[in-house]
Amino acid sequence: MRIADAVSSYSDDEAIFRTRTQRVWMGILLACLLAFPFVVSPYLLFLGCLIGIAVISATGLNILVGLTGQISLGQGAFMGVGAYTSVWLANQFALSLAVTLPLAGLLTALVGVIVGLPSLRVKGLYLAIATMAASVILHFVFVHWESVTAGNLGLNLQHAKLFGMELDSDFKLYFVIIPLALIAVTGARNLLRTRIGRAFIAVRDRDISAEVLGVNLLRYKLLSFGLSSFYAGCAGALWAYFFKVITPESFPLEVSIFYLAAIIVGGMGTILGPILGAAFMTLVPEMLKVLTLLLEPIIANAQVHLAPMKGVVFGILIVGFLLFEPHGLAEIWRKIQRFFRLWPFKT
Amino acid sequence: MSDPILTLEGITLSFGGLRALNEVSFDMPEGGITTVIGPNGAGKTSLFNTISGFYRPQAGRVLFRGKDISRLHPPKRAKLGLARTFQNIALFRGMTVIDNIKLGAHSHLQTGLLSALVYFGRARREELELREKIESKIIDFLEIDHIRNLPVASLSYGLQKRVELARALAIGPEILLLDEPVAGMNREEKEDMARFILDLNQEWQMTILMVEHDMEMVMDISDKVVVLNFGEVIAQGKAAEVKENPEVLKAYLGSGDVADMRRRLGAENASGAG
Repeated sequence: MRIADAVSSYSDDEAIFRTRTQRVWMGILLACLLAFPFVVSPYLLFLGCLIGIAVISATGLNILVGLTGQISLGQGAFMGVGAYTSVWLANQFALSLAVTLPLAGLLTALVGVIVGLPSLRVKGLYLAIATMAASVILHFVFVHWESVTAGNLGLNLQHAKLFGMELDSDFKLYFVIIPLALIAVTGARNLLRTRIGRAFIAVRDRDISAEVLGVNLLRYKLLSFGLSSFYAGCAGALWAYFFKVITPESFPLEVSIFYLAAIIVGGMGTILGPILGAAFMTLVPEMLKVLTLLLEPIIANAQVHLAPMKGVVFGILIVGFLLFEPHGLAEIWRKIQRFFRLWPFKT
Repeated sequence: MSDPILTLEGITLSFGGLRALNEVSFDMPEGGITTVIGPNGAGKTSLFNTISGFYRPQAGRVLFRGKDISRLHPPKRAKLGLARTFQNIALFRGMTVIDNIKLGAHSHLQTGLLSALVYFGRARREELELREKIESKIIDFLEIDHIRNLPVASLSYGLQKRVELARALAIGPEILLLDEPVAGMNREEKEDMARFILDLNQEWQMTILMVEHDMEMVMDISDKVVVLNFGEVIAQGKAAEVKENPEVLKAYLGSGDVADMRRRLGAENASGAG
């Protein structure tokens, strides 16, 4: 039980982790992340990497949708831009991941800023449609710019190179993906406690009064689009290195919807939300798969009969979240914490 | 009181056929409290929106210390030192009190994207300096230290108004525009707010322009009163003079003429409150 946190300086009050307990738990979490690939099966390692990539992209989308309030259905296509850029650079110039990843991010950021231009005039659903149109256009480019993307055939990619080392296994990639995910999340958290993060939230909550207080709407909306796409581009590049093959069908509109659902289920506008949401959205379909396997001995041909049910169950779970906890998994986690803060004296 | 800090010259603003402001001219003496009064629909809030840059008047100029600012965007005007509060509270509901206030200082901060992402060097230094300044000057002055880390949505109406004032102060304003600062408050809250406004004017040497309906307060603290009716200035001067002006009495109490009353109600319906 913790009674209060006695901070004695403004710098302590502004810290992300204000108590020793929080810092200790954070250390334990980091240790677990470090130990994870040494103890788990290749299948779980695969899922771990996938979640890491999803966390980066979801955190980026959360900056745009959750913090700045600009709805976007372009995240999947942005990841595609990042993926194609990194694959093209790696194949043409045999560049290391340390070069292709930031370049993929930057190019995607540029595309994101251009796609974000309509946000200066339109909001809400209209903006969602505008970004969806952009993602259709990008898909068209992926299919038809054959000299770069090889069209519907897709591109193959060699193992990623980093500092002279070949990242030829999920195990090695894990140690690239997870640190990058940590950096991405830390960046977003830091952003929140500076003028830029505040300006984003101000644009979301009341754009008119933000403007009177000196926030340039144009600059911050585009900055948010750029930053969010940078995250998407990096996530897309990692995705390409992870699967080693990309086609235009790797990044359909459903990917954008997947990420939008992830931040809604996780909790929009929070830092923890996109992390939990990305994990949830990645794990639940897998868990349902495992569940149908377990039912096999009880129900004959469970896999055949229940496989189509997975989508339905998944959908029901999401609707359930929207109904019963609109603030998402992050809010559930906060409630659990609050419970244990005063436990056992008050429940 | 010396040269005017803000001068309005023949501001004319129309929405379609409705003329919200017609040839409005007055100036605000530096270091004074100027109050704009007038019946509903007289154009007071339109006037505020013109000064802070939301509306572009069809004719006329806004001069700040003799410089024409009529074409500046709202964020630029904020940087010059024009701060305002809103008639209906316009706080950022997703942020805590301290973050709302910090946002007011937005245009004075320099932190770029990269240093914000790592929260190192300038970003950190600037944030802590800002926090210290806000705590020692604004939060202390407005007596809101007990609520600094609460989300604004959980606060009472009076406190929200106070946080909005704090946020405007964080701009470091030369002119503070207050749109109905005590509307909807109880007597105690009103007295607190009046005291803050007087302190700001006398101790912080801040020039204040406000719109207010509470006549008792207007008459008590204003150095200058400007009366608007149907978008026109019908009287201006010291509070006591304005109170006796027959035009003003007519605007508020009516002339007893039914046609005139119809005209007034029509204008109120057309322009909404404000």
